[in-house]
Amino acid sequence: MKVKVHVTLKNGVLDPQGKAIEHTLASLGFGGVNEARQGKFIELDLAETDADAARAQVDEMCKKLLANTVIENYTIDIEG
Amino acid sequence: MKACVIVFPASNCDRDMQVALEASIGSPVDMVWHRDTQLGDYDLVTVPGGFSYGDYLRCGAMAARSPIMAEVIKHAERGRHVLGVCNGFQVLCEAGLLPGVLMRNANLKFICKDVALKVERNDTAFTNGYTAGQTLTYPVAHHDGNYFTDAETLKAIEGNGQVAFRYVDNPNGSLGDIAGVLNEAGNVLGLMPHPERLVDPLLGGTDGKPMFDGLVKSLAA
Repeated sequence: MKVKVHVTLKNGVLDPQGKAIEHTLASLGFGGVNEARQGKFIELDLAETDADAARAQVDEMCKKLLANTVIENYTIDIEG
Repeated sequence: MKACVIVFPASNCDRDMQVALEASIGSPVDMVWHRDTQLGDYDLVTVPGGFSYGDYLRCGAMAARSPIMAEVIKHAERGRHVLGVCNGFQVLCEAGLLPGVLMRNANLKFICKDVALKVERNDTAFTNGYTAGQTLTYPVAHHDGNYFTDAETLKAIEGNGQVAFRYVDNPNGSLGDIAGVLNEAGNVLGLMPHPERLVDPLLGGTDGKPMFDGLVKSLAA
């Protein structure tokens, strides 16, 4: 079962890399970018076939390793 | 006093730490591999600088989950002392031994220079060789030293007097100019600047030496 995890910085956490992306986009002439936030995308291929069990397992993985919940949020997408 | 240095793949200040500790202790200091599952009976465990696991995922994230760190956490829970420098500070935060997290420097640059620090308190084993309010110089060399916590945690840290060192001229955007932070019990210290790099006049100064001499004074049986 394929699972996609997005890890993003929480609102209010300064994202200097996102700011740099914003400025570079502006200097390339892409106007109207109000904000850029950089995150991480992790793809997992699990042996688990039950969607609920997979979600619970990946939730544990996020809490223990994939995200630092002091500064990051995560979302889990199970692919059918 | 018995001390050791934890070694991860891509630690690179481990030998410096060993040399600094041995100079103050006067006897050999063990190197302990990250895959080890047992930790000897040490008074002080140090987690050195470097780029453990290539900084993959987040700085210190992999190292914090390595087998030896479970033992380092138990060591700290018994009230024994732990010192983390630079990457070691990042590892201790990721391991939950210290509050907060070290993020990318606000200016996005790797910063390698000497910085002035203010000693906030000298009633700990780590800082008793200094005087409170003293200004000293340590080198920094990091890309991710921007200390961050949520507002509530920051308030608690300040309220408990957990800040050990502050930058005089904040180089990296750290909240509250925090350069080094203690756990609530005061037996775990993490700091971004490198005391182990300034323990011999040949290396350009000795401002780091009192930290190691002070640890020996406090922890020697």
